[in-house]
Amino acid sequence: MKIDERSKYLRKLIIKMVEVGNRGHIGSAMSLVEILRVLYDDFLSFRANVPNWPDRDRLILSKGHGCLALFSILADKEFFDKKELSTFCQPKSILGGHPEYGKVPGIEASTGALGHGLPIGVGVALAAKIQNKNHKIIVITGDGELNEGSNWEASMTASKHKLNNLCLMIDYNKIQSYGKTSEVLELEPLNDKLKSFGYQVLEADGHNLDQIQSCLYNFKHCKEKPTAIICHTVKGKGISMAENNPYWHHKSNLKESDYEEIYACLKFETLI
Amino acid sequence: MRKTSLTTIHNIARKNDKVIFIGSDLGAGLLDDMKKELPKQFLMEGVSEQSIIGMSAGLAMEGFIPYVNTIATFITRRCFEQIAIDLCLHNLPVKLLANGGGAVYAPLGPTHLAIDDIGILRTLPNMTIVAPCDAVEINKLIIESILWPSPMYIRLGKGGDEIITNDDVDFKIGKALIKKEPHIGLFVTTGVMTQVALEACKILDKENIICGVMHMHTIKPIDGNSIKKYFPKVESVITIEEHSLIGGLGSAVLEFCSNELPQELHKISRIGIPDKFADQYGSQKTLLDHWNINSNEASNKMRKKLKLN
Repeated sequence: MKIDERSKYLRKLIIKMVEVGNRGHIGSAMSLVEILRVLYDDFLSFRANVPNWPDRDRLILSKGHGCLALFSILADKEFFDKKELSTFCQPKSILGGHPEYGKVPGIEASTGALGHGLPIGVGVALAAKIQNKNHKIIVITGDGELNEGSNWEASMTASKHKLNNLCLMIDYNKIQSYGKTSEVLELEPLNDKLKSFGYQVLEADGHNLDQIQSCLYNFKHCKEKPTAIICHTVKGKGISMAENNPYWHHKSNLKESDYEEIYACLKFETLI
Repeated sequence: MRKTSLTTIHNIARKNDKVIFIGSDLGAGLLDDMKKELPKQFLMEGVSEQSIIGMSAGLAMEGFIPYVNTIATFITRRCFEQIAIDLCLHNLPVKLLANGGGAVYAPLGPTHLAIDDIGILRTLPNMTIVAPCDAVEINKLIIESILWPSPMYIRLGKGGDEIITNDDVDFKIGKALIKKEPHIGLFVTTGVMTQVALEACKILDKENIICGVMHMHTIKPIDGNSIKKYFPKVESVITIEEHSLIGGLGSAVLEFCSNELPQELHKISRIGIPDKFADQYGSQKTLLDHWNINSNEASNKMRKKLKLN
């Protein structure tokens, strides 16, 4: 599936950070772009100038290593000045290799160690239920991240409490750090597993804006259970040499020729 | 002590609807009254400790004051990363109520013996560690803990421990209590080892070796002011703890003195659990005796230190 100009623009912001930091989880960020774009463009309620607005929807990026994509959309939405992107991973920057609560406006939880976001999200969702509040809680995990048992513990709790205000979105690019998820630790049958844990399970092409929107609509109107959306994505989406390539899970010290190739893939005219 | 802590949590939950109790898979009937009276503030979430810590973090992010209760080893060993990241890094006011600190679960073997819990958690920034000595003190601690802004680990004793705290004591988290004024020697203790030290003092009193007891209910942050005030006044200091000699109260005291009072270091000796897993069952008392953690050993050690044998 082709990506449009806005998706390319967001990817351009990501690459800008990689250049500054000389490193980054490129493949893991590129697969997330459309998921985050739909959420922030069309779904989440938020006030960028009041990040802690009590009635906001909460988004927890549990796969914290995908933060380049989140930073790009948060900057685009003016949670912070885009100039901050030019400080990625520098000593005094608010933007590091994983997102930190309290440093970056719009970040709900510090993540990086995997398997933490969903349990935290369950607590946040339960708090909303107890207080009769209507905001939604989105937790985005990776696929390799689902190897962690804490996710399945939290899933049982989410189901027990009928947390229909909680949506687990899985960036299922099918490649974890070492290689294919099917070879490292098979997740399939993922849909059935999630169903058996009590979720309403939906599936989408994670780069198709309409499909993601449609799933989120179904989540919003689900009455009695948490929702899991399996987003089928492509690791490294948009950069041909990174697509489906585990060696692009994380990259550092890219050469000038690499950047030239990336720009060519994204049809960059000039750096912003 | 445990029963009192639960009753006190129930009482404070009545007055503050942000207080929420979260158990793992505790004994049948536990806090049934609270469950009936305050169902939204009572959760029992199963043998899923890692998730429970994360969930408590999420609740605290939304303004709740969670008290998480399970067996000490299952909190500290299994959930270290959740405590480090979800609670301490975010600096959230979650209280960890840990059953069976030390050798309480002696008959159940090494999987259940919390001999390393203080050492494990003392490494974490923002963590407060408290080990009260009896039911009166735990009541005061729980009441004060509501407003404590950071994560707190509360190490509970067996229950039925001798009451040595007066109702009118001025209890403050982080402030040591002098249970007996020192003269020549000082025992520094935490948890129910304070009772052991007072017993040792009785033995020594009969020999006119007058020693005192500094009860460090709060191990982190350690009360450096009390150490600075009392250590220079005595000839010998002995720490007593129901914990590995690595990382617990004695280590904390040595670390403090190494930085702040190096001239006092030579006075300090330590009583605690050797660096090995328990190799026998029995009771808390028999296991502590096996490790030479009792009032006789404490009084002997003090005599030797003071060269009064």
